[in-house]
Amino acid sequence: MKPMLNIALPKGRLGERVYNMFEQAGFECPAIKENNRKLIFENEQAGVRYFWVKPSDVAIYVQRGAADIGVAGKDILLEYCPDVYELFDLQTGICRMAVAAPVGFRDDLRRPLRVATKFSKIAADFYASKGREIDIVHLNGSIEIAPILGLTDVIVDIVETGTTLRENNLEVVEEIVPISARLIANKAAFQFQNQAIERLVQNLKIQQ
Amino acid sequence: MIEQNVFGQEEQAVFALRSLYRTYGYSHYRMSKFEEYDLYVQNKNFLVSDRVITFNDVNGRLLALKPDVTLSIVKNATPPKGGVQKLYYNENVYRTTQGAVGYREIMQVGLECLGAIDDACICEVLCLAEQSLACLGEQTQLCVSHMGILSEVMEAVGFGAKERAPLLRCVAEKNTHGILQLGQQCGKTQKQIQPLLDLVECYGAPAKVLPALKQVMPTQKAKQMLCDFAAILEAVDRERLWVDFSVVQDASYYNGIVFCGFLAGVPERILSGGQYDYLTARMGKDMGALGFALYLDLLKGCNKEPTRYDVDAVLLYDKTEDICAVSACANELRAKGLCVLTQPTPPEKIRYRQLYQCKKGECVCLEANA
Repeated sequence: MKPMLNIALPKGRLGERVYNMFEQAGFECPAIKENNRKLIFENEQAGVRYFWVKPSDVAIYVQRGAADIGVAGKDILLEYCPDVYELFDLQTGICRMAVAAPVGFRDDLRRPLRVATKFSKIAADFYASKGREIDIVHLNGSIEIAPILGLTDVIVDIVETGTTLRENNLEVVEEIVPISARLIANKAAFQFQNQAIERLVQNLKIQQ
Repeated sequence: MIEQNVFGQEEQAVFALRSLYRTYGYSHYRMSKFEEYDLYVQNKNFLVSDRVITFNDVNGRLLALKPDVTLSIVKNATPPKGGVQKLYYNENVYRTTQGAVGYREIMQVGLECLGAIDDACICEVLCLAEQSLACLGEQTQLCVSHMGILSEVMEAVGFGAKERAPLLRCVAEKNTHGILQLGQQCGKTQKQIQPLLDLVECYGAPAKVLPALKQVMPTQKAKQMLCDFAAILEAVDRERLWVDFSVVQDASYYNGIVFCGFLAGVPERILSGGQYDYLTARMGKDMGALGFALYLDLLKGCNKEPTRYDVDAVLLYDKTEDICAVSACANELRAKGLCVLTQPTPPEKIRYRQLYQCKKGECVCLEANA
């Protein structure tokens, strides 16, 4: 039996967009488009198995070998530094990691900057590179509220169109790093599923 | 008969590996579980994890439960003049691993060569690395790289010391778009950094990869280093060996050949090694060093066929039964090659193939499963 290539996709619109790219690349699995609550889909003929996974968990599945390859945002890769290969920038899910603050904010350098974020490592690394002392408040959602309520001075978060920020009277004060979806591979699986993985990468490159 | 080797996978691997290293004349190195903590503080970047279990000895010295074996071997090495001291070890180390809660005791097997390291020695160690992987399973891959060539190419295309760390991270991730981005940030065009991109993108069998890479080496020094590297790999001549410059080790310790090994079914590298002359120099030792370690704890998570039974037979006995008769019944079954567990009542959590009862000295079969 042909060995299956196990692929972890992030649940949601990004995952659906990425699946379409994989389908075009010859790794189709029509069952995945059926309207049901299943999470695992197989196409034995194509030798591929897809799983829908929480976006922030894709890298864990790949690093631990439960998936051979997966698609994860650069934000997740920078935050958790999984030991995986980052083979390709899919140029989709494009956004940016940025520092945002209430409109008109001025940084008081006499004291540590209070930063609300889901991405503690990214924030810590960014401000360490600038030599700025910070106090991180780790939050798991609705980060934009923090400076409005006076919990923090600024936030470090993903910004796409900027609409959420504008509607909460916040603005981007500094861009940290551009973010997009990346194809990642388990390092061991890369050795033993090399042909299939390279074929996928080459066919994805053709699409760009 | 239970179809299961009495020894676990790790134990079987240790026997096979020790046997292999002995046939090459390597001596068994034994060490204490404890080492001076200072040794690890001074070389913490060499350790897999910088967290170390420490305690005070009876005379007040700060000791550590060893997280590593190589540093101790180097500290105590006494290679013969002009020759090489060849040692292998099989020791437990104590450290944290990614994802684990707290410290773990990990079985580590490996070998070290210390002294006048030459191409013959490197060739032998690579062969042993490949054969070590073969002891663990059928589907394996040994990937080989060279820190000297990588450093030379990075310098030749114009990356400075400041870019070294993020660049090596991108190389280790096969992240060519990341390398391009770093190049752009330093004002370099793709053409200027193309030799580095080629080095990362070109991997596979030495016979295919090395001639292609020779064409793109940016300096004469890099070309010569690649030729020397190729000569060693030609002498090794192993099917399951790939050249792959994404294999990267700490450049402040490793100066030459570096390699790692993979086993199908294990999601991360199970073997890691290289030539680390910079470490011995830092420790004030005038000698070369080359070796590798195998992380046998990773075999625990390997796909294994689940066993259907814990024992072949359970022999029940009544407490009024003559104990000699019970013993005789059990031995009768064991003489047939069965694994027999004696119990006064049927065990709830033990899976057995057959259930017997000792009744008035007779061994009566109550239940037999397929």
